Amino acid sequence: MSLKDIKKEFPIFNNKIQNNDLVYLDSANSSQKPQVVVDRIYDFYTKEFSNVGRSIHYLAVAATNLYENTRTLVQKYINAKDKNEIVFTKGATEAINLVANTFGQKYLKEGDEVLLTELEHHSNYVPWHYLRKSKGVKIKFAEMDENGDVTLETIEKNITDKTKIIAITHLSNVTGAILPVKEITKLAHSKNIPVLIDGCQGAPHLKLDMQDLDCDFYAISCHKMYGPTGLGILYAKKKWLEELPPYQGGGGMIREVKKEGITFGELPNKYEAGTMATAQVIAFGESIKFINKIGIENIEKHERELTVYGEEVLRKNNSVKLIGNPKDKGSVLSFTLDGVHPHDIATILDEDGVAIRAGHHCCQILHEKLGLSATARASLGVYNTKEDLDQLNESLNKCKKIFS
Amino acid sequence: MDLKELYQEIILDHGKNPRNLGKFENFNKDAEGYNPLCGDKVHVYLKLNEDKEIEDISFEGHGCAISMASASIMTELMKDKKNPEVKEILNDFLDMIKQSPELKSQLIKEDEKTKLMSLSGVKRYPMRVKCATIAWHALASAMNYKKDENNSEKFI
Repeated sequence: MSLKDIKKEFPIFNNKIQNNDLVYLDSANSSQKPQVVVDRIYDFYTKEFSNVGRSIHYLAVAATNLYENTRTLVQKYINAKDKNEIVFTKGATEAINLVANTFGQKYLKEGDEVLLTELEHHSNYVPWHYLRKSKGVKIKFAEMDENGDVTLETIEKNITDKTKIIAITHLSNVTGAILPVKEITKLAHSKNIPVLIDGCQGAPHLKLDMQDLDCDFYAISCHKMYGPTGLGILYAKKKWLEELPPYQGGGGMIREVKKEGITFGELPNKYEAGTMATAQVIAFGESIKFINKIGIENIEKHERELTVYGEEVLRKNNSVKLIGNPKDKGSVLSFTLDGVHPHDIATILDEDGVAIRAGHHCCQILHEKLGLSATARASLGVYNTKEDLDQLNESLNKCKKIFS
Repeated sequence: MDLKELYQEIILDHGKNPRNLGKFENFNKDAEGYNPLCGDKVHVYLKLNEDKEIEDISFEGHGCAISMASASIMTELMKDKKNPEVKEILNDFLDMIKQSPELKSQLIKEDEKTKLMSLSGVKRYPMRVKCATIAWHALASAMNYKKDENNSEKFI
């Protein structure tokens, strides 16, 4: 599939948004959906629907196969060793909560340290905060430098003999910094510390290989990967999924239930309690196939070129100040505009059909460090073009004019 | 031109040069308004005398042009106002921002109405309504007003 006409695969771009062509620059928040994914949801509900993993009628067996096919597709996509290392969750948030909760329950005690970074999204801080409350666990933040990076050295400096787990972002949703996650994992493992990677921004844009990366946990948000909402993935090494206790209890995750006791099911059912987001899982298989058809390497190359172009365009605009200049940068362009608050920028851009995000992007720790209450952010996806970034710049000039 | 309606001259002026900005020393009531969506904060300070009259009022904070302008216009308007007039004007403003096409209170002079109505542009932008009301909610809180149980948008 060629990148040239890729917008055509996304039906949202056929519609006018408030009489404008849509310039969608909010993919770090959530990506748009290709027709194949939308169709798959419709087809499943209209022709193939049944709950999975329970009944033995024709539709139930077929749906179970489709559901499990996605697990295999994900396993291959991220090169996990075993298909049962893929757990479906309601989002990356739940994936991280699952680990914080079960790992915390079993292995953490008062005074133990969880090492995060100042770049973290609230979803990779708040779940750990509960352990601070319930168990007296200490949370440390590896510092972000002036480029918006967190280096291996900074991580190393923050590790103590109390550090029990390191939970870090793969790619910052504000500064765009891509962390040296492989090196961090290697360092952590040399000290017997497991590593969780928040891959919300990594998975849609970078080639993943769990066996090479060797991390213990990796959280994925499917709706940022051209997939449906209400679905996330937790990759976890098999030994952890076997060792850790179940997260939620309910149907589907048990082996035997008696009045005097309960035994739990095998992997991956142990962590998939209740009726799962069946249609979303099946449709997410189409998202993976869609990405595979283009090639994640091609997507990454395209987005990297656009990021460089976007930075060039915005640097030429004297009123724009880019946030973060990391060594290795993903397709996120955060900025401020002299004399115009990010919320006003977002409203004015919206009038031109340019959709960006303004605010703290669920990273208040990071914004506090920057000394800003809010920034504006343009984030890219496979469907973006240089024209989109030119339009962004033109609309920013309109902001300046209104506020001059 | 909806944007021109939203960003009227009065708003841009008050947004850029907010009146009554900064904490003053002898305040005796204060409260903070916070918008968790964007992190914007407006802190309102009052000097309230025994007759519940606002002798002095100011605000501190950071936020968009709409929230700063709204706080600025509000502090200008509320100075020397007395309870329950403060409450009546506050409710009238919130009602106008949320639904009513006009301000109804007789306590607001025509020129003041013009200023307040300049904020009515946010009606077309539901996500921005909170920007226009953040300072007013902080004022309600500093005045110890309670929300009406039957109408969460109204203070009693």
